[in-house]
Order: sequence, then C-alpha cells, then structure tokens
Amino acid sequence: MKIAVCVKQVPEGAARRLDPATKRLDRSGEGALNPFDAHAVEEALQIRDAAGEGEVVVLSMGPQKALDSLRKALAMGADRAVLVSDDALAGSDLVATSGVLAKALEREQADLVLLGQQGSDSDGAVLGASLADRLRLPMFSQAAELTVEGGSIRGKRQTEFGYDVIEAPLPAIVAVSDAINEPRYPSLKGIMGAKKKPQETLSLADLEVESGAAGEEGSKTEVSTLGDPPPRGDSRKIEDDGSAAQQIVDFLAEKRLL
Amino acid sequence: MATLVFLEHHDDELQKGSLGVLSKAASLGDDVTGVVLGSGVAPLASGAGKFGASRVLVVDDPALEAPLPQPRVDALAQIVRDRGFDTVLFAGSVLAADTAAGLAARLDAGLNWDLTDLAREDGRLVGKRPALEDSVYADVGWRGEPRLALFRSGAFDPSETGGEAEVEEVSVSFEDFSQAAKMLEQAHEERSGPSIEDAEVIVAGGRGLGGPENFKLCEELAEALGGAVAATRAVVDAGWYPYAAQVGQTGRSVSPKLYVACGISGAIQHKVGMQSSNVVVAINKDPNAPIFEFSDLGVVGDLHEIVPKLTELVLARKGS
Repeated sequence: MKIAVCVKQVPEGAARRLDPATKRLDRSGEGALNPFDAHAVEEALQIRDAAGEGEVVVLSMGPQKALDSLRKALAMGADRAVLVSDDALAGSDLVATSGVLAKALEREQADLVLLGQQGSDSDGAVLGASLADRLRLPMFSQAAELTVEGGSIRGKRQTEFGYDVIEAPLPAIVAVSDAINEPRYPSLKGIMGAKKKPQETLSLADLEVESGAAGEEGSKTEVSTLGDPPPRGDSRKIEDDGSAAQQIVDFLAEKRLL
Repeated sequence: MATLVFLEHHDDELQKGSLGVLSKAASLGDDVTGVVLGSGVAPLASGAGKFGASRVLVVDDPALEAPLPQPRVDALAQIVRDRGFDTVLFAGSVLAADTAAGLAARLDAGLNWDLTDLAREDGRLVGKRPALEDSVYADVGWRGEPRLALFRSGAFDPSETGGEAEVEEVSVSFEDFSQAAKMLEQAHEERSGPSIEDAEVIVAGGRGLGGPENFKLCEELAEALGGAVAATRAVVDAGWYPYAAQVGQTGRSVSPKLYVACGISGAIQHKVGMQSSNVVVAINKDPNAPIFEFSDLGVVGDLHEIVPKLTELVLARKGS
C-alpha cells in the first residue's frame, strides 16, 4: 500500500509575520513541519507498519528550504520525499496550491492520501477537500481514528455534534485530526538515515503546470491591506495572592456581569 | 449582487451560524438566496425567510441525507453555474469547510476563510480576516467570480429582520466519486440541559481541573452565575464530560457575554470555539498558557482554591 502525506513547512514562533510589501506570510525565517501534519505522517507510518509493507511518500510545496521539514518526516520514518519548488509558486492561494499538488499526487498514484487537519500558519482546513475534488476521489476530514481494511478506509470523524463513522473505498483522501495520535520524535538513527532517503525536487515544468496557473497569477484571492487588531480593551493579568476570587468579582461587577 | 448562503441543518434545525451569515448578507442590501441540501428537508426551508432570505432553494435527495461534503459540492456547483450566483457564503463548520473547499476547486473560485466580517467598500466586497493568532487584521478580496467565503464560527448573530421566503425545489445530478464515501453511523446530539450556544454565561473546564470529579467546581460556579458548563476536547475525549458540552473546532461555537475558562490552556482547537465571547476570564496555574493572550482578565493561580471562593463570593453578592 502506498500512502502519500501532504505536509507543509510553516514559519516558527517568533518568525511569524506578514510581509508588508507582498502581504504574504514571510517564509524567510526559521521554518518547522506544520505540527498538524506530524499527526498525518505518524498515522501513515502506523498504517504502513501495521500492514508490514508499503511506502510512505511525503510531499510538499514550498521554497527549497521546505526540504528541512520533509527531512523531519523522513527522520520520523517516511520512505521518500517530493518537494515541488518553483519561484513562480510564491503567493499561491487554495485554488493554485490544490491545482499544483493535485498534479504532483497524480504522478504518485497513491492508495491513500493523508493530510493534517489544517495549516498552523493559515488556519485553513481546506486543502484536502480541494484536492479530492481535483483528483475525483472520496474524502473526509477530522478523522480521529482510522482503519484500513480490504480496499477501503474507515474513520471516526469528529464534528460539532459527536463522532460519525465514515467509510470510503481506496484510493481516498483523509485529513486527520490532531486527536488521532501522538507523533513520534525522530530517533538519532532516524535523523542520520533520513539523509540517505530519496528526495526529489520538482519544478512546475516537471509537473506540466503552466506558470500562469500557479502563484499569484493563478490565485483567485488577494490581500488588500494589513492592519493592527482592534484593541482588546484593558486586558489584565494578575497572580493569585489569596485575593484573586475577590478581584474577579470586582472585575465582573465593573463589567456589569454580576 | 446575487448571493447564495449555504444553510446547514442538523437534527431538523437550521444552524444558528448559517442564519447569522444569512442575516449579515441581507444587511448588505443584496438579494440573498438560501440553499438547503438534504433529504426530507423541505419543511426547514421557509424558516430562513425571517432571517433575510428572499428565496430558498431546496435540493431534497437521498444522496444528500448524510452530512458529507462531496455531494454538496455537486449540488452547489450546478446551482451556482445555472443561476449565476456571484457570491457564496458559508458559516464555518467541519461540513461547510470541506464543502466550500471542494466547491472552490470545482469552480476554480477564490475562497477566503476564517472571516469575521464582510463589507462593501467602494463597490467591492471586502472580507475581514484576523491572522496569525489575531495579531494582524487583513482585508481580503477576490479576483473574479464566484467569490466564496467561509466565516468564523459565531461571527454573526441571526437577526429576524426578513419576511417570507419563496421556496423552490431544485434537482441536481451527482458524480460517482462524490457518493463513494458512506456514512455508516451518524452522530446525533446528546442534549442534556440548556444548549451552551444560547447561554449568556459559560464556565468551561479543561485538563487543569485534574479529574472529572472536579467539574462540580465549574457546575457550582455556573449555577451561581446563572450560566452553563462547557468543556474542552481533551476532557471530553477523556470521558470527563459529555460531548454536547464540547467547545472548539470540533464542538460548539459559543459567544456568551462572559466566558470563564478554568484550567484551559487555550489551544487553537479550543480558541476557535470561544473567541467571539464578549469577556473572557481565565484561571490557570501556568503563567505561559496561551489562553492569557486572549483573556480580558487572566488569573495565574490554583483554580481548586480560587473557583470555590469565587462561587461563594458570587452567591454572597447575589444574596445581599
């Protein structure tokens, strides 16, 4: 069984900012594997290992240094990495990104495509459904449990109302919830071994995607202005010295909530 | 402008979030059509009129019985193409996000998500999008039509400013791949007590409570404040509290006047469900808990000591 996992490199902690000139996320600083995607990698490894055979391919789109995040996934235990990287990709929105990644996934012909539930930078929980529509594959999201059996995948989907049980024939696409597992930490041996695993970088030309279909040109959304958040009012933080309960009551009274 | 609003329903009720988006769209002065997709859902449609829909389209088809996104993409794509809607709006939910994203790919249309507001500025539609933990507010727009937008849960309250809606049944066809995923068991809401969505005061508990028995601290405080009790995904998963009380991305979205968070770290999954609360008070022993970033009053301390005292003081005040 071949499992493809779509992962993303996200700017880390303090490096998170929007570039005022391009109004895009500044990706020049330190990057890390999107923490939500680590759950998808972990799930793929567990499915492969339970089956005792198969291949886990991790796939990303991003600048060349997104290879670092792919290597983290390789160090966790994935078998092979593919990075789609091209200057013409900068500024891609959902329509453009899903178009390019769908082409890359078509090359792989995986039995199962897994994604994390969302990007920690964009807060979008949208890529899986877009890819499924482009690839004409069944999909579901927010999977908190998965089992693969006899050519189909069954999952528990967590929604606003409780748990649904959904089954789809393979090949299928599933976005997993971060409640599905605890991602492993790469071992030292894993980290050393990752360097030797196959890593491929593809350009838009390799995927036969025209540059007009990607990047800002291929995008259908735009950011027009960036502003400061509205002030949150007088946000206060106190340390309990025994009077915290009274201070909360005073605060609620002041806000006319009592 | 011709705006279509996706009206999500569950257990024979149109969802509050969808009706809020409908009210918002109507307030912009456009001709707003609602769309209800499901099986046996026709009776729900007329209820959308008073929230601002002038017309409600209904697709009543067994293929739409389960709340799965892909058949909904088929239905919406045909409706948008055939009737020339230029704007399609969704209230955020697990189903709506997948449906909107599938539709974006199908129609090659721009989708902006996590919006907290929508405005018309100089004749253009502009979405308001807080980003990077709400540290930046972006104005976002669309290039071309249709424009798709997914709003943050609880972004708008429904308001009954409309009248009668004309209801029209529409039939659509479905793709094979869209019907391949099957719902084997569908979750139905376990209702226990008043819905947290309607509560003006919510006292929520997380892992910091230490154990299920300590939920009584939240319950006592909630009772004193005349509110309801909510819980994080972590403690619902651990079996400490029922699913119906879960607030978060996979759970309910609430916007009470007061939200008291007890022993909740403030993970993004929880935050999205409660960030529209008016006033947030957080009690947590970890001074670095992310919840303090979006609290009006943050209290670093032991909730096991503070909460019972707080309950007593509230009761004493109310009794006086």
